[in-house]
Amino acid sequence: MILFVNTNQSHLDYHHRMKLLKTLLFSMLLITQADAQNLPTPAGEVNLYTSREPKLIKPLLDAFTRQTGVEVKTSFIKDGLIEKIRAEKDLSPADVIMTADIGNLVDLEQSGAFQAINSPLLLEAIPANLRSADNTWFGLSLRDRVLYADPSLKLTEFNYEDLADTKWAGKVCIRSGQHPYNIGLISAMLIRNGEEETEQWLKKVKANLARRATGGDRDVARDILGGICEIGIANAYYAAQMKTSKSGSDQRKWGDAIEVIRPTFKKSHATFVNISGAGVARFAPNRSNAIKLMEYLASDEGQKMYASADFEFPVRKDIPVDPMVNSFGPLTIDTLSLKEIAARRKQASELVERVKFDQ
Amino acid sequence: MIKTRHLAATLISTAIVSPVVFLISIAFSDSFTSWSALVSETVISGMMTSFLLCSGVALMVCLIGVGTAWLVVAYEFKSRQILSWALLLPLAIPAYIEAYVYLDLLHPLGPIQSLIREALGYSSPKQWRIGDIRGLPAAILLLGFVLYPYVYLSTRAMFMSQPGNLLQAARSLGLSEFAAFRRVALPMARPAIAIGLSLALLETINDIGASEFLGVRTLTVEIYTNWNSKGDLAGGAKISVLLLSIIFLFAFFLRDKKNQASYRNARGAKVIQPRPLSPRFAALACVVGWLPVVIGFIAPSGYLIFQIMQRMDGSEIFTPAILEALSHSIQIATITTLICIFCAIIFAWSARQSVSSLASTRSSSINSLVGKIGYAIPGTMLAIGLIIPYSWIDKQINALLSLLNQPTIGLLMLGSIAGVSCACAIRFIAIAIGNINAGMARIPHSLDQVARGLGATSFTLLLRVHLPLIQPALVASTLLVFVECMKELPVTLMLRPLNTETLSTLLYADASRGNYEESAMAALLIILAGIIPVILLTRVNQTGNNIQ
Repeated sequence: MILFVNTNQSHLDYHHRMKLLKTLLFSMLLITQADAQNLPTPAGEVNLYTSREPKLIKPLLDAFTRQTGVEVKTSFIKDGLIEKIRAEKDLSPADVIMTADIGNLVDLEQSGAFQAINSPLLLEAIPANLRSADNTWFGLSLRDRVLYADPSLKLTEFNYEDLADTKWAGKVCIRSGQHPYNIGLISAMLIRNGEEETEQWLKKVKANLARRATGGDRDVARDILGGICEIGIANAYYAAQMKTSKSGSDQRKWGDAIEVIRPTFKKSHATFVNISGAGVARFAPNRSNAIKLMEYLASDEGQKMYASADFEFPVRKDIPVDPMVNSFGPLTIDTLSLKEIAARRKQASELVERVKFDQ
Repeated sequence: MIKTRHLAATLISTAIVSPVVFLISIAFSDSFTSWSALVSETVISGMMTSFLLCSGVALMVCLIGVGTAWLVVAYEFKSRQILSWALLLPLAIPAYIEAYVYLDLLHPLGPIQSLIREALGYSSPKQWRIGDIRGLPAAILLLGFVLYPYVYLSTRAMFMSQPGNLLQAARSLGLSEFAAFRRVALPMARPAIAIGLSLALLETINDIGASEFLGVRTLTVEIYTNWNSKGDLAGGAKISVLLLSIIFLFAFFLRDKKNQASYRNARGAKVIQPRPLSPRFAALACVVGWLPVVIGFIAPSGYLIFQIMQRMDGSEIFTPAILEALSHSIQIATITTLICIFCAIIFAWSARQSVSSLASTRSSSINSLVGKIGYAIPGTMLAIGLIIPYSWIDKQINALLSLLNQPTIGLLMLGSIAGVSCACAIRFIAIAIGNINAGMARIPHSLDQVARGLGATSFTLLLRVHLPLIQPALVASTLLVFVECMKELPVTLMLRPLNTETLSTLLYADASRGNYEESAMAALLIILAGIIPVILLTRVNQTGNNIQ
């Protein structure tokens, strides 16, 4: 702060100053170079770009490091993931890119961020409808979008279409219509029921909202406890996380205040399910470790951790789901193609805008 | 002959303008056929919301900022000294943290409504609750209470340097207390209010966290939606460029054409002395003065401390992750601040050396306009505009290294603390330029002529005359830029290297999982790291005025 008090330094001549400047610049270069060249561990490392919140996947990554000795470096990026990878080009340190939504996976695939990998293990473990046709990305967990309801309502079954029913006027909570989770659901609705019906539905749901469409999925449970609304749409694993939180904590109180019902589309009698997934980056500098990580995530141990630590559905049918998730009742997965859902996102987003869902 | 300083200033301007140039090129990268639909649907409603938000915030920050500044300068009451720096504290709280905390505090399950329910004898929020607070009015109030210090800071400094005799004359000529304030003190403080207000409004426009959280669809939020939900980066860039043009049009038409020097205090005139108040008014002044501090700072930070205490069950508070994040935040803030100050000095110096004082005023106003660019586009869009030139630089460096048979170093700008700091510097240089230009403007040109006459080179002039004289402005901008960097989120999030978290990115990660309470410690550290500079700032302000 007192940088400029000593004015006697003005005696420094030009050459002296230039020398100082050069030293300064050179040392800055050295610092950044040291940053870029951390000494690798014997088993090497793998760099992960993820739009999934790192705390959720940390147990998985730690277990991977314990088993293989490969160090995982992560960077959590949501907005601008694609733009960043595109700009980094062949200099990109990314080995594995992981996302929480099918839309992002498809966007990454289309921007050429992934490379195809040949892993018999992955091909065997992951069903064909949950990975890309050209083996660029692979689904790793399933996430069903469900109804949180006040238990006193004693609801037993529910259709997504019922959200538009006027009997729920002023009683519905949901996060922003533009959030990828809702865009996914609306895209599925577009395929199932067509544009006109979906727009009408969206308009009526908007009219039923108890508060602005904002906040997160957990806020639905919290606002049901707070008496703001009675029902709402959110992902199932949040409910399981809240319901298993430490007894007496706020989260636990919110979780205990709701009941989870798996809604279905009227036409398919099945529930909308999104996926989280990952792929190996096109210019992965540690390609073999990247494949190792992918295979670990699809292994027995990795899939079990998805189920027990995150309360998601494993993509492998032979891995059991968590008992808490099981208690939400049976899940019938809607068979819509993920690719088609991703392709409808723009249309869904425009509908949300047209009915002024978020305003 | 082109002087080195002019060349340096031109280079810096180029760096500042470059992200906008690339944004414009992205905006024009696809056709305008989708533009008309876009305009009718989102831009107009987003613009209306932004306009209402800005008007509301402007009203709030002027009322609170000017009101409290006048209170602590003109009147003597208990705790006035402490209040005069405490009023700056909300500056340390990022708007998004303020929004999280107040939503908790005012939620039907929160402490306030619970207490009321208990008092009224209700057991459940279903029996009694206040409606949801999310919405435009809440956004205006919350932003108002964290942004008023910008106006307070500049206005208070101006009130403190005003000649007190003018006010005495006004009073003795029969003006009431309020009329004297309105007709004498206020008009003289107008340039200072304008500086503070413009910073507060740019912050408002740049805000995304708080508005999105409160469900307010401003133009900035629409830019994000367009990009992230519709995958339409070009559309987002178009709205950004539009937003930037609107801001610049406003800045151009509202710029103060009068020479600010005419408001300068006559040398040697006695400054305003605080006048004692009657006990009843003194108590009232105390309450009114402390209210913004309580709402903007004490309540939210107290709530965060409460959250941390609740989680203190044996587990350590300062985890290695938190400490590492703190160190990264401080590193970025320090480097950014140094870059900002250095560049702002070069700007001011090069403008000062123009042929005439008129030309110098003009080029310094151009500088401050250029500097505002980074501040006026949403952070993520700035980062998007920067990754293209950054990747170009990285590519050239690596090509050069391999040409010299040296090992390549990978990403330099796109994956280093230095890269993040340069981007943050572009974002916040407006603060440094504004303060340092204002400081320079107060130095009479006659001093330069005297020094030159005595044989000083322009560099000695800068080092031995200008810099010592603008020291308060230098320190003020150092501290303000530092505080802003500690709070910065979008640029850091996008450009930070692997395995590198700052306090704000840690907090963001938890918040995006809907668990921001788990990062209460990170939030509190952001605030604490911001308080220290804020406290120093007031001390400097006081001594600074003594110097002058």
